[in-house]
Amino acid sequence: MKKALFGPSLTPYLLLAPQMAIVAIFFLWPSAEAVRSSFHIEDPFFGTATFVGTDNYVDAVTSSTYGRAARFTALFTVVVSVVSLGIALALAVSADAVLRGRATYKTTLMWVYAIAPPVAGLIGSMLFDQHIGPLKEFAALFGWDMRVGFDYADTAIAMMTVAAWKQIPVNFIFFLSGLQGIPNALKEAASIDCRSPVRRFWTVVFPLLAPTSFFLLIINITYALFETFGVVDVMLKGEPGNNPVTLVYKVFLDGFRGQDLGGSSAQSVILMVAVFLLTVIQFRLIERRVHYA
Amino acid sequence: MLRKTLLAAGALAASAASAQAQTEITWWHAMGGALGETVNEISTRFNDSQSDYRIVPIYKGGYEETLTNVIAAFRAGEQPNIVQVFDAGSATIIGAKGAVLPAEDLLNEAGAGFDVTDYIDGVRYMYADASGKMIGMPFNSSTPILYYNEDALKAAGVEAPKTWEEFEEIAPKLVGAGYVPLAQSHMPWIFVENFFSRHNLPFATQNNGYDSAQDVELLLSSTPELQHHFTKLKEWQDAGFFGYYGPGWNDNQQPFETGDVAMWIGSSGSFGGLQQSMKHPFASTYLPYWGSVEGAGGSTFIGGAALFALTGHDAAENKATAAFFEFLTSPEIQYMWHRETGYVPITTAAYEMAKADGYYDEKPSAETGILQLLLPSAEWTKGYRLGFYPQVRDVINRETGKIFSGETSVEDALKTIDEEGDQILARFAKTSG
Repeated sequence: MKKALFGPSLTPYLLLAPQMAIVAIFFLWPSAEAVRSSFHIEDPFFGTATFVGTDNYVDAVTSSTYGRAARFTALFTVVVSVVSLGIALALAVSADAVLRGRATYKTTLMWVYAIAPPVAGLIGSMLFDQHIGPLKEFAALFGWDMRVGFDYADTAIAMMTVAAWKQIPVNFIFFLSGLQGIPNALKEAASIDCRSPVRRFWTVVFPLLAPTSFFLLIINITYALFETFGVVDVMLKGEPGNNPVTLVYKVFLDGFRGQDLGGSSAQSVILMVAVFLLTVIQFRLIERRVHYA
Repeated sequence: MLRKTLLAAGALAASAASAQAQTEITWWHAMGGALGETVNEISTRFNDSQSDYRIVPIYKGGYEETLTNVIAAFRAGEQPNIVQVFDAGSATIIGAKGAVLPAEDLLNEAGAGFDVTDYIDGVRYMYADASGKMIGMPFNSSTPILYYNEDALKAAGVEAPKTWEEFEEIAPKLVGAGYVPLAQSHMPWIFVENFFSRHNLPFATQNNGYDSAQDVELLLSSTPELQHHFTKLKEWQDAGFFGYYGPGWNDNQQPFETGDVAMWIGSSGSFGGLQQSMKHPFASTYLPYWGSVEGAGGSTFIGGAALFALTGHDAAENKATAAFFEFLTSPEIQYMWHRETGYVPITTAAYEMAKADGYYDEKPSAETGILQLLLPSAEWTKGYRLGFYPQVRDVINRETGKIFSGETSVEDALKTIDEEGDQILARFAKTSG
């Protein structure tokens, strides 16, 4: 058979150009700028930069604040992802089994999705308010003197709760559609083979959900790392003090509040590399075990 | 149709020509809500008061956002004529040599004249350079004062304390009457920066940072008076004399409003808000000091923000800026600003005018801040000039927070503040090469 041969043509490049331009302008250029700025200390007004080599990186990594923020961010990311994925999965499995009033149930679970992160943060800071918050009163019933804004652990718990709560609906929607994509024939066959619904879930349903779960895992980690900014900012009321901060929030504090552009850039470059590595690891290690039907 | 269009175009051209006769200047500010309306009112009054200049105020978000915006604009060569920068950010803008036209020079060159003695003591040097030349024009100015719940003090049968020694005596009685005696809303501002000022102690080397940004070191851990103060605060917290509710301003103000806390240290401008939200009658007095410290009891300095005239504009526009500064510092406008917002007036003339008008008979709390700023000034009451200072404040908030949550000792906390603060200041020193 004769192969169709195409001569060199400009058309594919022209068609690609808009996309490439967007990538270059909105992704490559700012990243390059961040890398450049991370090796300098700048006078903010004139941008007269003094080259300081890796000083910004060394200063960032060796400061006690950074280590503390990094440890908190790791914990925050794991807890928020696990909790919001776990609860969403449980809710999705239950919703999948509901026959009557299914639409109402689904809608009710989903509408939190429409709440913007800063609004979620505001609701959270009112619910957890150390003077008048109803959740503080509730905690007091168990003898827990919850003081969000004063106590490191209490603030951490409040922030994680709000961040996880906000993410549950997204996970729920994806899990539910994943569950509904599993053919009934498979489930019926499984129920003939095995009586325990729990075992059936883990051996048949869950592996079939793996592509969805893997996708959600990545989405949740990115969410916890970056998109929780609004929640954190509002719940800290602009004054971090002795409260936990995430790495992204620290980048903002140092860069925008402190005007330390070089230091802030170095931190965002570190974060960029970390996320890149994390994604590579996820795709290498976990995706291998995911079966796409 | 065509004729109409032509007419309209002609009218537009004509109005543009008449507008050109006026010099227009822009003012970026960070005053939202009711404060923003007062800013607009001042601008309108300025525009109506004469026909040569026109000022356009633009709200640019909070303090930090405004500073970030003006930096971006400056780099693009599109900076406004005037920008409002907050106290902790002032070193950044003053440190950028050639970015700011000193307010004092501007007024002198425009023939408006400038006499530093027109300004009340506590506001003169916060935004000045090492030689005392005023760089930024103080705008919204406030200082920390003590508010007290009159019902609470009556119930305990005590008077408001002048010194911390007196506070220690009355605190058990307030506890007995069922109150948390004391809270405050801004640890770095009240118990560090103004502590140094009130006790006439140096806060940092290099003349509190005014002389140079190089080799500046904080003096927290090497000041026994400050160490004593925080040791006492921790003791008071343990004894139930002092309530610390975290670094959030409102978290600390709220228990005072509800009547749980008997005395609260906030801003001299807080009384307006308290009048709305406070459930009990209240009054105010000076920020207490330690009577045992020699030379203590002097003036505090101003917090808030100042207006900076930026370079890169032609002479006509700078003249307009000078005219606006002159207008802004006039007693009438200062008094109006003071009355509408609760911020202190910055000139003696405006203060006299408010007094003559009987304003303080009606609202005695409005006078406390000014009187405190008028207390004798001394070597270390002028303020500070420290770069990347918002980050230093974050460190102070974090470490003092650890003292009150019992995670660290006073000694270690102050040491950490000095160490990390010095690193931040050293980084800032590198920005100016």
